[in-house]
Amino acid sequence: MSSESEPLLRVENLKTQFFTEAGTVRAVDGISFDVHEGEIVGLVGESGAGKSVASMSLLRLVESPGEIVGGEITYKGETIFGLEEGPDGELQEREDMLSNQEMRDRIRGNEIAVIFQDPMESLNPVFTVGGQLREFIELNRDLSSEQARQEAVEMLREVGIPDPEQRYDEYPHQFSGGMRQRVLIAMALACEPSLIIADEPTTALDVTVEGQIIDLVDDLQEKYGTSFIWVTHDMGVVAEICDRVNVMYLGEIVEQSPVDELFYDTKHPYTEALLDSIPRPDKTVGELDPIEGVMPEAISPPSGCRFHPRCPDAREVCQRVHPENKQVDTAEGVPHRAACVKHDAFDVGYDESVPLAKSPQVTADSSANTETSVTDPERGTAGSSGGEGSE
Amino acid sequence: MAVGETQVESGSEPGTKEVETGWRATLRKIKRDTTARWGLYVITFVLAITAYTLIDGNLSRLTFGNVSDFAMAEALPIFEHPERLPPPGEADTNVPPAFHADGSMAHPLGTDPNGRDYFTRIVYGAQVSVSVGLAATFLGLVGGTIVGAVAGYYGGWVDDLLMRAVETVYAIPPLILIIVFTVFVSGGSPDVRFAIIGVGIAFIPVFARIIRSEVLSVREMDYIEAARAAGVKDRNIILRHVIPNSFAPVMVYATLQIGVTILIVAGLSFLGFGAQPPTPDWGEMLQTSHSYMHSNVWLSIWPGIAIMITIMGFNLFGDGLQDALDPRIND
Repeated sequence: MSSESEPLLRVENLKTQFFTEAGTVRAVDGISFDVHEGEIVGLVGESGAGKSVASMSLLRLVESPGEIVGGEITYKGETIFGLEEGPDGELQEREDMLSNQEMRDRIRGNEIAVIFQDPMESLNPVFTVGGQLREFIELNRDLSSEQARQEAVEMLREVGIPDPEQRYDEYPHQFSGGMRQRVLIAMALACEPSLIIADEPTTALDVTVEGQIIDLVDDLQEKYGTSFIWVTHDMGVVAEICDRVNVMYLGEIVEQSPVDELFYDTKHPYTEALLDSIPRPDKTVGELDPIEGVMPEAISPPSGCRFHPRCPDAREVCQRVHPENKQVDTAEGVPHRAACVKHDAFDVGYDESVPLAKSPQVTADSSANTETSVTDPERGTAGSSGGEGSE
Repeated sequence: MAVGETQVESGSEPGTKEVETGWRATLRKIKRDTTARWGLYVITFVLAITAYTLIDGNLSRLTFGNVSDFAMAEALPIFEHPERLPPPGEADTNVPPAFHADGSMAHPLGTDPNGRDYFTRIVYGAQVSVSVGLAATFLGLVGGTIVGAVAGYYGGWVDDLLMRAVETVYAIPPLILIIVFTVFVSGGSPDVRFAIIGVGIAFIPVFARIIRSEVLSVREMDYIEAARAAGVKDRNIILRHVIPNSFAPVMVYATLQIGVTILIVAGLSFLGFGAQPPTPDWGEMLQTSHSYMHSNVWLSIWPGIAIMITIMGFNLFGDGLQDALDPRIND
């Protein structure tokens, strides 16, 4: 995980917007992250945070009325998306940007593959499982039909499907959910891509199967050295599988850090709230603490920090200042970034600012604690929710 | 060496029971449905007759000309080719059916005013009527499927353009459209081939609309998105993923439509815009026989029965197919 070398994928200030009749929806609003070789990078957030749109943007598969309007996506030194100022002063697509045909023939499937959320819906019901896998291999790897068939059977075996020769000729509805997800993983792996975008691949599965799938991905990842972007809302899965994590809220990345730091040295109140809302083996609480309210619409995001209406640490300044995702700490040489003005990296007068009126005692208590506790991983997370009834 | 070898999931028992899928399952359901089964029998029977008339040119001596080539039959007036007159019963015009007191088994359904064996003409009429019905429906099906699938898949201005064009065609009453088309294209010498094309075009709108509405939901499926993410070309996505998954209702409609097409083509022939005498088309036979209604009513009844049975067969089968393809109706 050397951050010195050129990353496999670099996303800078990516903006994807949907131009609807009700107005412009800024689904992805200036996110930056990178993925190094052999790394599993998490993309976490509530529903509607823009995770899926962000991952589809990487393949330039955003459908109308959506459009990538800004930023740069570089993959292995090639420009997947980039804009430059044209002669007329308007932004135009850069010349070195891959054409649609190149994206289709070289990148999608071959270099970057996707595993979709719902295994029940992601296989074509009218063709046999093997036929689809074979077609996909044939399409991307220039093999003869017979070779592709062999390869398909081999891949099915690889992802742990018993009797692959026999299951090859069966239809998707004859497979269970977990089996289908295995098939989809086989499909994604079939062309040995360098990067796989896993879009909530275990959300539709029950926890036992989820566990099996995660183990499988872990094993395969070790074997093939494939990088993953793991899109999920499940912090448990993140802890299990990811190397680094990007937490998204309303189209922005609010915290970015290696996985351990995210859990034990949480820097952003939103991440904290996410962690408080799930049961954790390292923390016993009487009652879980859900995040207040729902995520606002991306069509009219709140002023200042977008999380401030729901944030327990919100102060007056949060309504005015929109924090960037700044480096606030370093863990083992990897920067830990957070977009929250309560950190010293932001000098906007958070400490002097008046807490917002909502729930004063919670705000005062936790903000007082965070300043001291964040440096101490042992007490860090417990301290921040100290008043909540730890036993 | 398999990574997940030890993780065997429950959920489906491999090798215990062969589950039938696809066409076999559909066929099995149809066989179980009595009416649909009868529809299938009738269709098979009619198609068998059609196939037989196509193979056996010998019988065609009994009719005017070689009916498998109706253009030729049309081009050869009987006066110039007396050898094409049916050999038996040349003089026996208007013989009543066999069950009649004056009838004979030599002509089970009697003869027409030209002395042609009516049974043979009905049999050969199947060839023309059925193949015309199938061809015209097929034309509408293919045209409509392409238009509808492309419109539905791309949406936006492509959709607007194609569907408005199709609706313009839809707004014209089909019979008028077909007649005008036939007259225009044939340049005054109507031919059953022009009728086929005309009917096919007239049917494009309905097929296009049916498949488009299906495509609108199918294109949102994850497997379409997955195919796109896997770098599959749009053309292949439409052909391999979109159309096969939207095809069931169109298939049912096409089966039902065959009957309607046969009826329309018969109507066209009756009006003189379809098959031309002496081609033995059921509609054309109805047309020629209606002036003999008083002297020999059977001449009108036989082609009517033939049309009725054939249409009923396709309708029964179509209904059964609809049930068989409907996932909500399980066995």
